[in-house]
Amino acid sequence: MAKRIEAHGVTAFYSSFKAIDSINMTIEPKSVTALIGPSGCGKSTFLRSINRMHEVLPGARNEGKLLIDGQNVYDNDVDVTAVRRMIGMVFQRPNPFPTMSIYDNVISGLRLNGVRKKSTLDDAVEKALRGANLWNEVKDRLPRPGAGLSGGQQQRLCIARAIAVEPQVLLMDEPCSALDPISTLKIEDLISELKNRFTIVIVTHNMQQAARVSDRTGFFSIDQTGDPGRLIEYDDTSKIFTNPSEKKTEDYITGRFG
Amino acid sequence: MATTTGVPSPPAAGPGEGGSLPRKRPLGAEMLFRGTTTAAGTMVLVIIVAIAVFLIWQAVPALTDNDANFLTEENWYANDNPPRFGIAATAFGTVLTAVIALLLAVPVALGIALCLSHYAPKRVATPLGFIIDLLAAVPSVVFGLWGRDYFFEPVQGLSRFLHENLGWLPIFGSEGPYGKSVLLGSIVLAIMILPIVTSLSREVFMQTPAQNEEAALALGATKWEMIRTAVLPFGRPGIIASVMLGLGRALGETIALALTLGGVYKVSFDLIGPGGTSIAANIATRFGEANEVGRSALIASGLVLFAITLVVNMIARAIVYRRREFVGGSA
Ligand SMILES: Nc1ncnc2c1ncn2[C@@H]1O[C@H](COP(=O)(O)OP(=O)(O)OP(=O)(O)O)[C@@H](O)[C@H]1O
Ligand SMILES: [Mg+2]
Repeated sequence: MAKRIEAHGVTAFYSSFKAIDSINMTIEPKSVTALIGPSGCGKSTFLRSINRMHEVLPGARNEGKLLIDGQNVYDNDVDVTAVRRMIGMVFQRPNPFPTMSIYDNVISGLRLNGVRKKSTLDDAVEKALRGANLWNEVKDRLPRPGAGLSGGQQQRLCIARAIAVEPQVLLMDEPCSALDPISTLKIEDLISELKNRFTIVIVTHNMQQAARVSDRTGFFSIDQTGDPGRLIEYDDTSKIFTNPSEKKTEDYITGRFG
Repeated sequence: MATTTGVPSPPAAGPGEGGSLPRKRPLGAEMLFRGTTTAAGTMVLVIIVAIAVFLIWQAVPALTDNDANFLTEENWYANDNPPRFGIAATAFGTVLTAVIALLLAVPVALGIALCLSHYAPKRVATPLGFIIDLLAAVPSVVFGLWGRDYFFEPVQGLSRFLHENLGWLPIFGSEGPYGKSVLLGSIVLAIMILPIVTSLSREVFMQTPAQNEEAALALGATKWEMIRTAVLPFGRPGIIASVMLGLGRALGETIALALTLGGVYKVSFDLIGPGGTSIAANIATRFGEANEVGRSALIASGLVLFAITLVVNMIARAIVYRRREFVGGSA
């Protein structure tokens, strides 16, 4: 199920502004990869370039090649919606659909895939909510609005929504930045579990978090404002945090920069 | 978030009081604002009740003199002695033309609104949106005259076509002559309310939070699926509100209907034959010639229009409030 991601010279533009330049990176299946780096260095842009969400913004476009199990998702004849169905995404701010119940939020992806059978949907809801460690908290109020949950619960609801369609890759953009430490720990535990099923890429500003949850870490940076972000170093997490090869990485890790 | 700088410092605590908290300010802007809004709100209520009382008081003489049942009589002979009049035909015509106008206008309006908010490129959508806002402000008499002069013949042709092809439906059963009819009136009404419904629903669609649209797209929704998942459910209360505003305009429309309806006082679902009347058009065409009882009778019919509008609005509110907890709850 889980897939390998290979970026070859992935570049992203916002109109004429180049936000990231020639990112090369191979992400192994069933691993957790953390992307760290100072604000504005293009972590979110790169993440959104993986499932082609970058191009949703007016004027935004990508260059280079992004292979998922050898298939270039930027090819002209690739169906974008199929790519996005294969790659789940969790955003920085919890964004459940405000008009939908908890149940409907979880199955919204399945609905898009044309699943209609009640028993299939019921099973999927339970499985996804259990997967997101939310089942026990909400099992008695599935018809209630998803927006009525706490922030941490909403974020786990969004994770449930993303994993309900059984994607092969899960992208998370600072999924814990709006959450309290307990919810954060719950989501980190969840990531360790989900890793057995999905390839996970997570953007985080929290270096302890990167060290705790990830197998590999990529450090992004910019030389100065206006320059595109680059991947400075990409290695095993333990190496990045104990013995980085690049001076810039070390400065960032030890808090001398960013 | 709140720092102490800039906030008026609490009055110095007297000895022994030990740092008391600032007291409530009795006559702050808060009080002034609350007072003004309460007064304004009360005033509106008082005015509405006063209007209702005045109308009822004016309507009573005709209603007591009436020789026919006000609710079931179709004809309007309010100037006769004894007067015979009822609102059956006019109220029916009012609702019928308004409903048909809505059926014609709302799908088109929502389509245009979605096009402008989510499909058209910005440099096309912005000027078009502006033009539609302008159209929404065109007075109805302009639409009425325009409809009477330029739509008369096309609608004649359309009526003939509908009769020939769908004549087995009672609504298209009339053999003619075709001309001023419920169909012509409804089409003109539909064109008239199209801009306002479009303009408001476009506004609503554009307010869909980007994060919800992105959530749908990231799940692999196509543009249309994204609209169905995120934009339309979010815009539902706004759509209902804009449709109700359009309906309100349609129900109360006077001149445009007076110019395009046949002025036949009969309860009938025949859309294409000569016919149709409405409360507001009836008032407009008859007020000049009315004697004292006639005027009182027209006011009574105005009260019925008032009641219809009120009921429609209450239904709309009920729909909006039914799922209130599901809307606007997040972020
Ligand atoms: N919608 C946009 N339009 C134009 N420029 C953008 C847009 N979004 C981001 N940028 C620019 O692209 C660059 C990279 O932004 P990005 O959001 O990827 O950074 P980031 O590493 O995720 O930062 P943060 O850690 O603060 O989230 C920044 O210079 C930013 O100003
Ligand atoms: Mg970011």
